[in-house]
Amino acid sequence: MKTPAEYYMRDRRLHPPAYAPGYKTSVARSPRQALISLENTVSEITGPRFDHSDIAPGDNDLLTNYATCGETAIGERIILHGRVLDQDAKPVRNTLVEVWQANAGGRYRHKKDNYLAPMDPNFGGCGRTVTDDDGYYFFRTVKPGAYPWPNQVNNWRPAHVHFSVFGSAFAQRLITQCYFEGDPLIPICPIVLTIPDPSAIDRLVARLDVNQTIPFDAIAYRFDIVLRGRRSTLFENRLEGN
Amino acid sequence: MLYPQSYLPETASQTAGPYVHIGLLPSDTGIEIYDHELGRHIAGPNAAGERIRIEGLLIDGNGATLKDGLIEVWQANAAGVYAHPESSGDVEDGFRGWGRVIADFESGAWSFETVKPGAVPGRGGTVQAPHISLWIVARGINIGLNTRLYFDDERAANDADPVLGRVDPPHRRETLIANRDDSGPIPVYRFDVHLQGDGETVFFDI
Repeated sequence: MKTPAEYYMRDRRLHPPAYAPGYKTSVARSPRQALISLENTVSEITGPRFDHSDIAPGDNDLLTNYATCGETAIGERIILHGRVLDQDAKPVRNTLVEVWQANAGGRYRHKKDNYLAPMDPNFGGCGRTVTDDDGYYFFRTVKPGAYPWPNQVNNWRPAHVHFSVFGSAFAQRLITQCYFEGDPLIPICPIVLTIPDPSAIDRLVARLDVNQTIPFDAIAYRFDIVLRGRRSTLFENRLEGN
Repeated sequence: MLYPQSYLPETASQTAGPYVHIGLLPSDTGIEIYDHELGRHIAGPNAAGERIRIEGLLIDGNGATLKDGLIEVWQANAAGVYAHPESSGDVEDGFRGWGRVIADFESGAWSFETVKPGAVPGRGGTVQAPHISLWIVARGINIGLNTRLYFDDERAANDADPVLGRVDPPHRRETLIANRDDSGPIPVYRFDVHLQGDGETVFFDI
């Protein structure tokens, strides 16, 4: 009888280090001490649970969720979709996926964003959904624009959508960013380049998905997310020792 | 880079950036899209136990207060049970155990109201002192920082806690212990997080 136990150790070579001086804000916001490794306890293998009662049906449609009735956001209409899996390729079901992004011109609806590109009165920029039994999610939105940011004097973020995912344990909690295939800003972005492993960068790039594109309506992009997998133990070392 | 064929590599983390609030607490930025925000109510009205308030600041390596951070918390109820099927027992109706707050844009202060958690089982038959798990993201933080908040009025339990016991040198354990203040209408525990430098908070690889 296999008993689910700890989550697989995070391979930190695939993640950005805390201190990544090319991304200047990380210099003063990165711990200098080593992380203390903690074998999972019940506190780490549990986490908040969500279901469809937590969200409303239109929450995943950024084209319309902030728009005046009958209007939609301006920009390239896209479907951004994929699956949330664990490292064993099992679907992560009923998990909350939240996104936020700038509008088609690269402007965020945020009091601290004073970029000169205008707001879109029909675009808010956030969405949320809960994965189905296959771990599948989708959003309708506009493709965000690139935008400038104060790091070096002339840095521009590639078009990107921020993703927040929970999984079923606090140990799986993840925030990342999704980029778009073919964007020439990706390989020169200091935030992208905080990730040391080129293959890990590649996996953050959503692919054009012609098969799911809706003719005369919206282009589809596919972005799959992988959360930490979970060990099964054959031994009698249950976490709670009872 | 070679990976065992049978395992998919985990998706890489990226910073939450300066506008994380748009996505995770939009009404705090004036965006009214959702009929309700998630993470506002940790314990709910039916939860047993002592009602407490946690408050603090996030402080960077220069001693400056972060004004754009976001913190999520995960905790057991007063009986030491998590709202999750893998925790033994039931929780009160409406007890979620999870909360989400942002630092104030002007002052950087953050706070949340909850109930004080009970002790939960540790590994191998041990008992963990009451604690709240925290996950901290912000601009400049490339991968969420995991830490724990313990309570200064649980000294005996803290001294026996298996996780605090792993922190070496021992004086760094104090960075995880919140200080109780009974001068207000409800007990307040103060918990400042120092990201770097003097008094740097202990962060965990969980």
